[in-house]
Amino acid sequence: MKSATPPLPVLVIGGYLGAGKTTLLNHLLRNADGRRLAVLVNDFGDIEIDAALISANAPGRSDGVISLAGGCLCCSFGDDLVGTLRQLALRQPALDMALIELSGVALPASVVRTAKLALGVASAGTLVLADTAALPRQAADPYVGETVRQQLQQADWVLLNKPDLCSAQQIETSQNWLRAELPKVHFVCASVESLPIELVLGWAEARRETASGEVSGLFTRLSEESQSQSPNSSSLRKESGHVANSVFESLSLPLPSGCDLRALGQALADPDSGVLRAKGLLLAVQGRTQLLQVAAGRWQISEGDWDAPTRIVLIGLRGFAERLAQQPWFSDLLMPRTDSR
Amino acid sequence: MRTPAIPPHTTVFEARQILSFGSTAASRTAATHVAVRDGRILGVGPLGDLSGWGPHTLDRRFADQILIPGLVEGHSHLMAGTLWRYVYCGYFDSTDPRGKSWPGLKSLDAVVAALATLATPATPASSTAACTGQGPIVGWGFDPIYFGAQRCSRADLDRVSTDRPVGVLHASGHILNVNSAALQAAGLLRTGIDHPAIPLGADGIPTGEMKGPEGMMPLLEHVGLSRSFLSGDETGIRDFARLCVRAGVTTATDLAATLGDEEVQTLARITEEADYPVRIVSFLRLIGIKPVDAVQRALQLRAQSSERMRLGRIKVVADGSIQGFSARLRWPGYFNGQPNGLWYTAPEAMKEVYTLGLKAGVQIHTHTNGDEATELVLDCMEQALASSPRADHRYTLQHCQLADEAQYRRMKALGMGVNLFANHHYYWGDQHFETTVGPERAARMNACRWALDHGVPMAIHSDAPITPLGPLFTAWCAIHRRTASGRTLGPEQRIGAVEALRAITLGAAYSLKLDHEIGSIECGKRADFCVLNEDPTQIDAEALKDLQPWGTVQGGRVFEAAAITAA
Repeated sequence: MKSATPPLPVLVIGGYLGAGKTTLLNHLLRNADGRRLAVLVNDFGDIEIDAALISANAPGRSDGVISLAGGCLCCSFGDDLVGTLRQLALRQPALDMALIELSGVALPASVVRTAKLALGVASAGTLVLADTAALPRQAADPYVGETVRQQLQQADWVLLNKPDLCSAQQIETSQNWLRAELPKVHFVCASVESLPIELVLGWAEARRETASGEVSGLFTRLSEESQSQSPNSSSLRKESGHVANSVFESLSLPLPSGCDLRALGQALADPDSGVLRAKGLLLAVQGRTQLLQVAAGRWQISEGDWDAPTRIVLIGLRGFAERLAQQPWFSDLLMPRTDSR
Repeated sequence: MRTPAIPPHTTVFEARQILSFGSTAASRTAATHVAVRDGRILGVGPLGDLSGWGPHTLDRRFADQILIPGLVEGHSHLMAGTLWRYVYCGYFDSTDPRGKSWPGLKSLDAVVAALATLATPATPASSTAACTGQGPIVGWGFDPIYFGAQRCSRADLDRVSTDRPVGVLHASGHILNVNSAALQAAGLLRTGIDHPAIPLGADGIPTGEMKGPEGMMPLLEHVGLSRSFLSGDETGIRDFARLCVRAGVTTATDLAATLGDEEVQTLARITEEADYPVRIVSFLRLIGIKPVDAVQRALQLRAQSSERMRLGRIKVVADGSIQGFSARLRWPGYFNGQPNGLWYTAPEAMKEVYTLGLKAGVQIHTHTNGDEATELVLDCMEQALASSPRADHRYTLQHCQLADEAQYRRMKALGMGVNLFANHHYYWGDQHFETTVGPERAARMNACRWALDHGVPMAIHSDAPITPLGPLFTAWCAIHRRTASGRTLGPEQRIGAVEALRAITLGAAYSLKLDHEIGSIECGKRADFCVLNEDPTQIDAEALKDLQPWGTVQGGRVFEAAAITAA
């Protein structure tokens, strides 16, 4: 039985000038790895897509759309964000995710509100970038300080970018500033190039239906992982369930059957867990498969007819896996029960 | 045998009075004759003096009328011409480009009835209406403030049509009312919408009142009002010119255009027609384009300029509008406590475009409504000038409604000009006094007196279609500073009639760096005149707002307003 196409996830990417939004988008497009991404900008002049990413098959723009390699595209929405998103949601073959790049002075909340008016899309949250070294100064600027702070307040999570251009002192100052200004915000201090794609895009494969109806995705790739590995990868190298690059690591664990997904979701969403993103599939004994997703302090459970191993994959900063095992709820929720069936 | 060269033809126009607003002795005294050759002014003065230019034809058609310099509208949009193809829904009477007077609509029922005439196939549509067939029905100029507490709902517009989308633009440009069919087309005729700009009715479904850009945007395409359509197609460009002739305008701006190649070709072709009556000065808007590319594009465009199509200037928008609460204000902010408005351009981009523009000799005008936005522009200019000094740059603050006196001193020090939105006193003055900025700051809005006293080059404008095109009315606004309810805002900022008339001629010309060509009736300048039945410096100052020009002379060609009828 074919299920209805799930909504197109829409991620809003904001941040002041120079924060690295365009670099991030080019990085995601370069490493899309089969995902069909749509990048939306107000006008084409607002973004510079790497020439190498532009599709050789369909160069140039038609109807406000530039075709990119791998089935990705870039479109300008001008005045009609809602209409553009609706069309993207209906596009065949289906897109996996839409990413809206905002101008440097735009406020994300209003764009998210507007995007939600489009049928067939669902918000995947707001990511706001900041130039780590420049942040305290920009936030104090008499003209744009208020705008910069509002952008951060409206973020689901913040990427403090370009730490490689900072001294340790600057990094600490900016992180302290952010924690003081926005105690509840989730942030990561890492360069765009070191970000695992999964962290930003989640596992956007959920929309696509393969012939067997199976959700292709990170699970499948991990289990069939090829041996080719790039040294400084933006995707995590696989090593028996635990992969890492210099900044992040991911952990893949089996989920005990009968696992309390709600309690697990709550625990993982807590900032103290150290988990930036998580995705778990619990094959039901009866009824449908449950999918747990955790990102930026929120968790949600949905149901579907997927057929994939009962596992959970977690991403966090390097070192989080060790600390995770020491969490009080870890054994209750994640260790297999000897008396389970 | 060599053919003798045909001597150029000279016409001498005779008028009851010629007010030249020039600076030479000859032009300061009232003259009665002006000689024109090749579309330019040979001289103005007594017929005896002018006869020295040689054989001429004496044209006495204006013998009982007054000639003043052709009026210059320094801030308008071609869209003013485009809107007239839709249904006029304003409260006050208004005249369309063809001279047809459209009565003001005094009730919501009247608005519905006016729109409904287009929904009935049997009814002959007005020649200016484009809403025929099955397409959307569009109205504009609507302002329910005159209908008391009653707001327009989608049920009201469903009475116009239940199957065709109906959209009614408010006069402010900030609100759009739509019917159920339009909401349906946009996917918004449903419950479950949670958006501050989209009020819901008791049934949980949008009322059809879409507020601000956020509320309006999802609907614009569905009522046929996309951005590209509004920017000025062929009909719009022609209708805009007709409005100009009626208003006595011989040079006007299109202050925020995209100016792609096709758009430029269309504008070039139309303005070059032998009977196109206006010079259009079109600015490239800095949006969706990087500063360095904008400056480069401006230089390319400048090279494509022609006599009646002047390109090569850039327009930057710093903030929104005061009445829309999207302007950026300094402390203490909005009078009614609304949060501060939005930045439309980042300071870095502003500084960069000024720096590059000054270096390349490209003129840049910047929209600022709030005083914080004005302050930012002044700061950016100061920094840009430090690295790219340029004499006589004439960078101009557009609208600049809330500047204080210190800011006028800074403008002077930086060599900046100002183009003030005098029409606001009439159309939104009461709102500013009561709600947006409060009594004290309302008194200093659009401070023409400060501009003149501090030697800041000044012009005044309509920003048509935001307010109707009509520089004589704008002059009246600057002279009296009276709101629609009769209140005077800041009497100390009032200016005299001659000062106001200069602002709508030479002042605006100066802001466009065209003061060597237009703005006064002097030897060498373009033969651009505004033809009036009365002397605007002699009539009762109140009568200025109702003074309708007979028409214009542009480049020596005569255009009578009454002769422009349905084509």
